[in-house]
Amino acid sequence: MEENIFSVTELNEHIKNLMDSDGALSRLCVRGELSNYKVYPSGHHYFTLKDKDASLRCVMFKGAAQKLVFRPESGMGVLCTGSVSVYPRDGAYQLYVTRMSPEGVGDLYLAYEQLKDRLQQEGLFDSSRKRPLPLYPKTIAVITSGAGAAVRDVIRVLGKRWPMSRVLILPVRVQGKEAPPEIVGAIRYANRYRVADLIITGRGGGSIEDLWAFNDERVARAIYASEIPVISAVGHEPDVTIADFVADLRAATPSNGAELAVPDALDVRDKLSNLQTRMEQILLRRLRQEKQRLAQLASRRVMEDPAAAVNRKRLACDALSQRLLSASERQLQLKRESFVRHCASLDALSPLKVLSRGYSVVRSESGEIVSSASALSPGERIDVTMARGALSCRVEEIRVDDPEERSAQVP
Amino acid sequence: MEEKKNFEESMNRLEYIVRSLERGEVPLEESLTLFKEGAALIADCEKQLDEAEQVVRRLRKTESGEPEELPFDAEDA
Repeated sequence: MEENIFSVTELNEHIKNLMDSDGALSRLCVRGELSNYKVYPSGHHYFTLKDKDASLRCVMFKGAAQKLVFRPESGMGVLCTGSVSVYPRDGAYQLYVTRMSPEGVGDLYLAYEQLKDRLQQEGLFDSSRKRPLPLYPKTIAVITSGAGAAVRDVIRVLGKRWPMSRVLILPVRVQGKEAPPEIVGAIRYANRYRVADLIITGRGGGSIEDLWAFNDERVARAIYASEIPVISAVGHEPDVTIADFVADLRAATPSNGAELAVPDALDVRDKLSNLQTRMEQILLRRLRQEKQRLAQLASRRVMEDPAAAVNRKRLACDALSQRLLSASERQLQLKRESFVRHCASLDALSPLKVLSRGYSVVRSESGEIVSSASALSPGERIDVTMARGALSCRVEEIRVDDPEERSAQVP
Repeated sequence: MEEKKNFEESMNRLEYIVRSLERGEVPLEESLTLFKEGAALIADCEKQLDEAEQVVRRLRKTESGEPEELPFDAEDA
């Protein structure tokens, strides 16, 4: 014994672990009578469940308590669903309640919960497969009792809000054993003959047994299979049926179903007049803009005096042709002058012209032009060409006047 | 006007027209045409609303299975 000493915390934790690992305690239903029922400011509900010989501490947290569809009171017989665990601080075990229903409908409640779980897992409630509702339904099929307040409420609200929708009543029984097959038949029939583009099905308020047809699996599946979108409108505000979960839209009551089915003509009229105003404003603004643009364009000189623009262009054209003409004349003049200059220099270079100025050309006997006296020797024959005529001569004496030649001759 | 549009088609067309006008990308001439069409649609929708009178019928399955519409009397059941 001594080697196994727990602290209080360790013991409570140990017991808590034991209880939490027990599958039977993790989801169970307990029947009992409520006592000492307290709602704390935190939103959590604390109470005790009793029977003749025993009591059990219970807590229902805010999230679960918000889903209660009735108001629990001390003394009431209830059925609680939840799990048992230990609250280590107090060393007390308690029932953590996730759902509570008044007893007496306990069996129906269980059936409801089971069906709901099953259909949910099958995906019948998935928001991804909800059909969109028509904005302005042409024909609305109302599947409900032909007598009673519900059908009258629906007709009245539809007529007030949106009289353009035709209303087709498909009367069915809405309670009793015959109700589910009749509702299913009407939904299928409406789809088969495409009699409407929207279905409202439901009934007025009543006891949970009265509403039971709308918790029927066959009805749920017919709504699910309907190609025409379905609004469920069952009972009073807090009643939530299986049909509500499967329907494309859940309405709290039949009147609410009619409200959700159609737009309000007054709103649509507002929208139309708003569209009208917007269109007019846009068009007026546009016309103003275009007018301004026009005014701007008209104020340009070309628009005010189109001849001026043509004249300006004509002047520019004249100036250009003038420039072209004078440019080509100047070119010609330059060429002419350069030709004359070339002729003159050609003339100046002519050897005849040089000879005519008194120069002569000396050639050796071999005919080569001699420009240096030192290239000749005394006695050598030379030929002298003059401007007019030529001489045959003999060299008498050589006179060198080039200083370089002279120094070569006289060392 | 060409083929008569139902209310939803008219509203959709109207929204489209107003959006096109608001974007201001259509030529002026076309804007005027769209405006006229829009105004006619609005007038037509308002007329439909003015003249609407609720029709309530009861649907009955005939012996052949075909649907048949009868007057609805709320006291039938």
